[in-house]
Amino acid sequence: MYKFVMGILAITALAGAAVGVHGFFVGYHHVYGVTKQIPWGLLISTYIFCVVTSTGLCIISSIGHVFGGEAFMPIAKRAVFMSIMFMLGGFCIIFFDIENPFRMAIWNVISPNFSSNMWWMGTLYGAYLVFMIIEYYFLLDQNHSLSRLMGFLGLVVGIAAHSNLGGIFGMLHGRPFWYGPYLPIYFIFSAAMSGGCAILFFTCLGWKINPEIMNQRMERAIKAITQVTIFLISTIIFFTIWKIVTGMVSEGKHLIIMSFLTGDYAINFWVFEVFLGMILPLFLLFKSQGKNYNLILTATGLMMVGIFFMRYDIVIPGQMESVYHSLGVVEESSLLPYTPSFHEIMASVFGLAFIGFVYLAGEKMLNGHQLEKHEIVPEGGYICPGCGAVHYMEEGESVEDAMKRHHKIW
Amino acid sequence: MKFPNINLDNLKNEGTASVTEKERRKFLKLGLAICGVYAGGKILSLNSLVATAQASGGGSDLVKKYPYNPHYSMVIRQSMCIDCEKCVDACNKTNHVPEYGYRTRILTKKYTGTLDRQVEFIPVLCNHCNSPACVRACPTVATYKDPVTGIVRMDSKRCIGCKTCILACPYDARYFDANRHAIDKCDFCWEERLSKGETQTACSSACPTGARTFGNLTDPDNIVFKLVHQIEEQVWVLRPSDDTKPNIFYMKGNMRSVDNILKGQKFKTT
Repeated sequence: MYKFVMGILAITALAGAAVGVHGFFVGYHHVYGVTKQIPWGLLISTYIFCVVTSTGLCIISSIGHVFGGEAFMPIAKRAVFMSIMFMLGGFCIIFFDIENPFRMAIWNVISPNFSSNMWWMGTLYGAYLVFMIIEYYFLLDQNHSLSRLMGFLGLVVGIAAHSNLGGIFGMLHGRPFWYGPYLPIYFIFSAAMSGGCAILFFTCLGWKINPEIMNQRMERAIKAITQVTIFLISTIIFFTIWKIVTGMVSEGKHLIIMSFLTGDYAINFWVFEVFLGMILPLFLLFKSQGKNYNLILTATGLMMVGIFFMRYDIVIPGQMESVYHSLGVVEESSLLPYTPSFHEIMASVFGLAFIGFVYLAGEKMLNGHQLEKHEIVPEGGYICPGCGAVHYMEEGESVEDAMKRHHKIW
Repeated sequence: MKFPNINLDNLKNEGTASVTEKERRKFLKLGLAICGVYAGGKILSLNSLVATAQASGGGSDLVKKYPYNPHYSMVIRQSMCIDCEKCVDACNKTNHVPEYGYRTRILTKKYTGTLDRQVEFIPVLCNHCNSPACVRACPTVATYKDPVTGIVRMDSKRCIGCKTCILACPYDARYFDANRHAIDKCDFCWEERLSKGETQTACSSACPTGARTFGNLTDPDNIVFKLVHQIEEQVWVLRPSDDTKPNIFYMKGNMRSVDNILKGQKFKTT
């Protein structure tokens, strides 16, 4: 089964890449569904899905191995590994969206525009990827102080890069649906939610592949992340409610908001974004109590699908209303249509299948991202039966005494 | 109503000594509010639209200095456009615009219940803004404001094709040209005509009615200058709230006052 899925993913990724390369040579405007007025399509939204998840994995994992949140520590290796892979997957996808990707490498360096969000996006995400790779190297190398430093730098640059991605949209004057400080802020919280969801999903899936990865500390980690994810879903529900409510009284957003509520995007919004992306996972995660891994797997799997649509619902609808709509002209009286083409879907699938493939490969080749024995229970330590954390005994102390001391039970 | 009978001629000058500072301030404040200066000159000033639209900005008066020379600009006299699309054809031919793109186009606005016109045509093109959103958005300075003429131009070889400028532009003036491997846009025919000594763009010279008038905003004798610097007929710009300080001005342009200003000057001369 494992090998079969690996094979399918490898073939899908190759097929996606082949179709993408075909598009590259025949010219994107022949094969892509994007138009003059909707120039950003499925590829951009999938790219955003990938980089949001990558940043989120970095944020959630940093709670543990950067800021010392004990419960979050066991997920660090898997989270950082997947964060790198999601970033690479995102780069694979955007390669097929940028019309002249090779020029980018040259002109980004020799002709930078420091006031351009797009320039900062390329630069900051590049730096972020480098930090994450170095961090991962030190994690494998057991050099915890350096991995912590790199993790911190990666987090800072990642937050900068990701809020700047929101800024790309938020600083386009002519697009009221995007314009303003909402998106940079939303992107960070939304990333943290995606990160929590992704690490739960990939850890529970890893447990399906190799049940040995689950131990007392990991169980505790899953529980803690489930709690954080529940909190973050609630935050995003709050964000979404206010986006809709304020949008309904804004002249520039009203049409688009109505297309979410009752129009062409109603299924995307209500079924995928709201129900699969937020309400159902919130309910299922509550129900799982952080202990029922099958339920968590289902909840977060559905949530990943929902989040994918969430990203699509940011990118495409922002372009649907022509800049001349407010002029009241006949040509731009209705919302502009966009449907992803076969080539766009396949190029996106390429990136996603690549991520799936390296994930599966990583689970086996990197021994399920398990921590070394001494990382789980360092010398002189033991796992507290009460809280599940690692406690250290002082000389001549019994386990019970140490527990009492730790928890200040006198 | 009873008015007090004051003989102004025989009034004695009381001097300013008796006016308290508080009273003086109150008076000045009132004066400022009435003059509109208090509100930055934008609310009450008749000329505010033109001032906001133009580049050099600042102040509430008509701006007499422009940051470029020649400061190329176009005035579109909306009522004169008959949607013959000769301008669009001329542009496509001159600038080798592929069928999937456009540098300029004509929008149609319909009215119901009006007595004079039921339809109006609005030509649109790149506004060559003085604070161009596209130039800020471009990561590689592939699009830039020409330091001499103020034309927003493309350096095609630097364009990476990220398409951010298309979305940054509030005038929908950009598209990706696969032949150029870069974004293409109106350059006031700089490449094909102006740099070769011509004085008119392809669209303005093709326009049979004079709806499109192209010229130099720094030259007081220029038709564009004259059309922008009259107050009889309202001059406006599209999407002023985006604050990009566009250089394409719109007016109805069919009033006799405009003809008087032009004093028989042909609409297409420079």
